[in-house]
Amino acid sequence: MSRRRVGLTGNEAVALAWKQIRPHVVAAYPITPATQIVERFSEYVAQGEVDTEFVAAESEHSALSACVGAAAAGARVLTATASQGLALMHEVLYIASGLRLPIVMNVANRALSAPINIHGDHSDTMGSRDAGWVQIYARSVQDAYDRTLLAVWVAERARLPVMVCLDGFTLTHSLEPLEVYPDEAVQTFLGEAPTDGYTLLGGEPITVGPLALPDSYMEFRRALAAAMERVPQVLEEGVRAFRAHFGQDLPSLVDARGTEDAEVALVVLGSYADAVEQAALRARVRGQRAGFVRVVTFRPFPTTPLREALGGVREVVVLERADTLSGLGGPLGVEVRAALYDLEVRPRFTDVIFGLGGRELRDEELDNLLRAGPPGGVVYLGVEGSRVLELA
Amino acid sequence: MSLNLRELSQRAQGLAPGHRACAGCGFPVVVRLLFAVARRPLVVVNATGCMEVVTTLYPYSAWPVPYLHNAFENAAATASGVEAAVRALQRRGRLSSPPKVVAIGGDGGTYDIGLQSLSGALERGHEFLYICYNNEAYMNTGIQRSSATPQGARTTTSPVGRVLRGKVQPRKDLTEIVAAHGIPYVAQASISHWADLGRKLQKALEVSGPSFVNVLTPCQPGWDYPPEQLVEVARRAVESRYWPLYEVEGGRYRVTYVPREPVPVRAFLEMQGRFRHLLGDEEAVEALQRWVDANWERLRAREAKDH
Repeated sequence: MSRRRVGLTGNEAVALAWKQIRPHVVAAYPITPATQIVERFSEYVAQGEVDTEFVAAESEHSALSACVGAAAAGARVLTATASQGLALMHEVLYIASGLRLPIVMNVANRALSAPINIHGDHSDTMGSRDAGWVQIYARSVQDAYDRTLLAVWVAERARLPVMVCLDGFTLTHSLEPLEVYPDEAVQTFLGEAPTDGYTLLGGEPITVGPLALPDSYMEFRRALAAAMERVPQVLEEGVRAFRAHFGQDLPSLVDARGTEDAEVALVVLGSYADAVEQAALRARVRGQRAGFVRVVTFRPFPTTPLREALGGVREVVVLERADTLSGLGGPLGVEVRAALYDLEVRPRFTDVIFGLGGRELRDEELDNLLRAGPPGGVVYLGVEGSRVLELA
Repeated sequence: MSLNLRELSQRAQGLAPGHRACAGCGFPVVVRLLFAVARRPLVVVNATGCMEVVTTLYPYSAWPVPYLHNAFENAAATASGVEAAVRALQRRGRLSSPPKVVAIGGDGGTYDIGLQSLSGALERGHEFLYICYNNEAYMNTGIQRSSATPQGARTTTSPVGRVLRGKVQPRKDLTEIVAAHGIPYVAQASISHWADLGRKLQKALEVSGPSFVNVLTPCQPGWDYPPEQLVEVARRAVESRYWPLYEVEGGRYRVTYVPREPVPVRAFLEMQGRFRHLLGDEEAVEALQRWVDANWERLRAREAKDH
C-alpha cells in the first residue's frame, strides 16, 4: 500500500479523512476550533472531489437533527462541532444513541462558557459522557485521522454513534506530519455501510422514534447499555481490521507504558499524553519508577484494562482538563477511582485538574509534582490562589 | 385539479384504526387527505406532539408509511437530513423511486420552538412539504398558550383572571413569515374545506423545492366544543374570515375561498369554551372583529396587487 506523507493540521486531517470516507451526508455548523473541518470539506464538495450532500445547518441542534434524519434513512453520516455547539446538541445526542444511529462526530475539544473561551479543555465532551455515544480521544493529528476512519467502522457495527475528540488548537490547529492512506484502501476498509434493514428508505413502512411507556422504556435503555458493553469487542475487531488494511497499530481502550513495576502512574486523556509520558520517562531517569496510562476510549469506560494496568501501583495520579464541580474532582478521576474500588489493595489517589480554557501545562509543573510526591485529593494545578479569592 | 370525495375515500390509506386521537380531533382529517392526494410514496417526519403520541405508542403504529419522530423543535431539520439522504442515495444509484419527505408539526413545534429549524430548512431549499396542524395552543401538554393562540383565548397559561382575560397578544402570522422566505408554495387551509385543503396538499407535494401548508385543525379539549361539531367550528373560522384560505404560489397571492356572506366572528367564538368569558364583553368582541377585518383587507389588497 503506497502511503503519502503530508503536513496537515488536525482539522485538515479530519476533513481529508471525511473525503476519503465519502459519506452520503454531512450536516454541520461552524464553531471554533472545529470550523476548518467543515470549511475544508465544503471545498472538497465545491470542487467535486467528493459527492456528499452537504447540509449547512442553521445551528448545531439542527445539524445533529439532520444527521439523525439522514442516518435513519440509511445514509453514512458525519458531523463536527465543539464546546457550545456540542452543548446545544445535547438533547439530540441522546436521541441519536437511543435510535441506535451510527453517526460519527469529530469534536474539537474546547472550554464551555462562562466566561467565554475558545481554547482547549474537555469540559464539552465530558458534559456528554452519559449520552450513549462512544467517546475516543486522539493523541496526535495522525491519531485523529486514524480514529476518524476507525470510528465509522465501529459505529456501523456497534450500531452506536461515536465521538472522535481532538484537543482544540493543540491538535486542531497544529501542523504535524501525516501518513495518508490511499482513497481505495479507505473504501475497502469501510465497504458499503452495513445495514440492519431498518431504514426509512428500505421500502417497509417502519416507525422510528415511537413513544415507549413504563412497560417498555426500560428494556430499550437496558439494550442500549448492552450495546455499549459490546463496544470493546467491536473496537478490538476494528483495530485488527485497521492493522490488516493500513499496517497501523492502534491501542483500542488504553495505552499503558511502564506500569508493570511502577510505584506511581500518571493517567491522562488526549493530546497531553505526549507531555505526561515524557514526564514519566524523566522521572525514571531520576530514579523514580513512574508509569503512564493514556485512556483512549472513555466511553465505554475501560474498567478492566485500567484495573490490569493500575492493579499493583501504589500511587495513581489522574491529570485531566475538566471538573465536575461536585467537590469530587474531575470526571476522569471520579471514574478511575470507581474502577479501582474493587481492587484488594487500593492505590493512593491524586486528581490533578489542569489546562482549563487552554492554560498550558509546563514540564516543570509535572516534574515538581512528581518530585514532591503527589499530595493526594484534588489539586488545581497552575492556579493563582489570590486571583481566585478575588473572584470568589 | 378536481377532487372527488368518493374516489378519495377509496384511495385513502389513512391512519390505521386504533390510534388514540380524541373524539372530535382535527388532525386525522389532514393525514387522511394527505395520503389520499399523494401520487408518490411518502416518508413522514413528525415533531413531538399529540399526533406523535397518539399514533406511535410502542409496540403499535398507525402509520402506513415510513415514519420518523426525532424531537419537538427539529422536524424540519430532521426532514432536511432525510431529504439529503434521499438525494445522496439516489445519486449513487441506491434508490430507484425517491419518496417525498413530509414534515408535520403542531403550532407549538412550528410557530414557537421549531421556527428556527423550519426557517433554516426553507432557506436551504430542501425538497419537502411542511404541514403545520395548527390548533392554536400546546394541546399535548394540556392547553398552554403558543404564539398561534389568538388574543383573548383562555389557555392554562393565559387564564381568565380578575386582571388578565385570556391571552393578551394577538397571534403571530406564521404563514406570512414562511411566505417571506420566497419558497415556491405556501398555503393556509382548514380541515372544514376538504377539497381546498386536498388541492393545496397536492400542489405542495408536487412542487419542486420547499412547500408549506398551515392547516387550521381544531382541538376538542383545547377549544371546548361538542366533539361532533369539529367541522362546523373550523367552517365558522373560515366563514367569519378569522382564518382566510389562500395560497402564495411563486410569490403570487390568491385567496382561494371568499365567503359570500361572511358571518361575524362572534359566530365562531360562541361555539367554544375558550372564548366564553369574552362573549359578554362587547368591546373585546368588537376589537377581535376589527382585527379580523383588518387582516382580511390587507390580504385582499395584497392579492389585488398580483392580479
